[in-house]
Amino acid sequence: MLEVDVTLSRGAFRLEAKFASDAPIVALFGRSGSGKTTIVEAIAGLARPERGRIVVEGRTLFDSDRGIDLAPERRRVGVVFQDALLFPHLSVRANLAYGERLTPAGERFIDHGRIVSLLGLAALLDRRPGTLSGGEKQRVAIGRTLLASPRVLLMDEPLASLDAPRKAEILRYVELLRDELRLPIVYVSHAVEEVTRLADRLVLVSDGRTVAQGDVAEVLGRADLKPLTGRFEAGAVIDARVARHDERYELTVLAFDGGELVVPNVDALVGEPVRARVRSRDVALALEIPRDTSFQNILAATVESMGDEFGAIVDVSLRVGATPLAARITRRSAERLALAPGKPVYALVKAIAIDRRSVGYA
Amino acid sequence: MISHEEAEAILLSLKVGAASVAASLPIAIATAWVLARRDFPGKALLDAIVHLPLVLPPVVVGYALLLAFGRHGPLGALLAPLGITFAFRWTGAALAAAVMGFPLVVRAIRLSMEAIDPRLEAAGRTLGARPWRVFATLTLPLAWPGLVTGALLGFARALGEFGATITFVSNIPGETQTLPLAVYSAIQVPGGDAEALRLSLFSVLLSLAALAVSERLARRGTKALSRA
Repeated sequence: MLEVDVTLSRGAFRLEAKFASDAPIVALFGRSGSGKTTIVEAIAGLARPERGRIVVEGRTLFDSDRGIDLAPERRRVGVVFQDALLFPHLSVRANLAYGERLTPAGERFIDHGRIVSLLGLAALLDRRPGTLSGGEKQRVAIGRTLLASPRVLLMDEPLASLDAPRKAEILRYVELLRDELRLPIVYVSHAVEEVTRLADRLVLVSDGRTVAQGDVAEVLGRADLKPLTGRFEAGAVIDARVARHDERYELTVLAFDGGELVVPNVDALVGEPVRARVRSRDVALALEIPRDTSFQNILAATVESMGDEFGAIVDVSLRVGATPLAARITRRSAERLALAPGKPVYALVKAIAIDRRSVGYA
Repeated sequence: MISHEEAEAILLSLKVGAASVAASLPIAIATAWVLARRDFPGKALLDAIVHLPLVLPPVVVGYALLLAFGRHGPLGALLAPLGITFAFRWTGAALAAAVMGFPLVVRAIRLSMEAIDPRLEAAGRTLGARPWRVFATLTLPLAWPGLVTGALLGFARALGEFGATITFVSNIPGETQTLPLAVYSAIQVPGGDAEALRLSLFSVLLSLAALAVSERLARRGTKALSRA
């Protein structure tokens, strides 16, 4: 359990953060400069709040009323920074050992060999940080942080400085950590694909304030938060299971509460839970089932509500069975179809609109 | 080839240079760290005091040292019962050299400390290192090139120090007569030009040797860093 309720000023910038989570991964989501990193620094003890409380797993790290302010080295809060921040004068081996050595033997619960094999670090041990690629650096940084046996892991935009293939690689490792180590993770990001893939709970940060928190799909689906979550990013997150693979066409069928979704091959076993993100702009609407169409997904849905009716674009909230979905269409289409809450429609989704980056392991 | 007096002056110069660097380095490191990493009221004043020997006439510094550390000076009288005397001793020459070189040493170390990303040190803290351990295992090794440069500058300054030394501890052969003072004495003697030239040559060789040693040290240290 993680509880944060702090106020902090830094020049003209003011942070008022209040959130709690007991999810395996909670995401701090917001634009650059919104104050996400300052929240991380406050939890780690690298920035001192003026007032408030920070409690991690029942341990009070900061409490202005009780005069508690633990030094960073006593907090047992692990931080993975955006740019890895490996110690350049030390080998990978020595970097990994840095925090581990400083952790009393009785408090170490992370096994060295397991981390080295989990993160694929064995071949890198004798290298210097300067000779590593971006992805390798980030893996070493994650290993270094974990080997200090922290009680919570803060990841501050760990993928921001990586290219797309490295991003996918590190994301997979973060998923492994989440499933294997049972260590609460605070994941900071401004990338909605990362957040929907990894996190269960989301805290939306804007202008130094935590403006909303809750279930990832719920917060990202809220129409009133669209200006903050972003037009491009609007969409729905569908929790599903792998139903079957279509080997011939290299497609995967995902079953969810409300129907099935055909997507390009997902690298997961049948029965495994996955999470797919469907962007609103990739969803089209029809009143009847279209014939002879290339749409692979035709889902029977009901209109829940309509977004603001000005301008060219209308966001339509839908429900497919029990699962929320959203469509972004022109106002002209909305009027031509006479869409209104309660009206049954068919949601059309191209299979290829849901690419590999949109599907993650739940 | 080298006369007894010449050897004496060379050895004394090396001894004074080494002692002044050894004594000033720890204080310079601490001062550089405070200036590079801490914010406090009076920081500008400390910075100015550190730089003072650089802008004052060396004679003035030597005279101040004489007033403070002379037999009857407040600090000299305080240290005398402990068996520590500076006046007219080689230790005084080392003190004068250390004071004169201090701004250069601090500056070199401070610059290399300021070049270290403070977030590396923050990362060290979150991994469980107390501030002094962060300093010893991260700040100091990463400031290595600055330490070597600072030590060289201090040593070179000590080899060349003249004004403060002659004012503070006079020009006593075998005790306080370092190479520059010996050159000065030789020039004062009629027909001493050849001797002055020889001594000057030794001075040049010594400085070049010091430069070569520090280059090697710096390269060895930065090799570890550049591989990084």
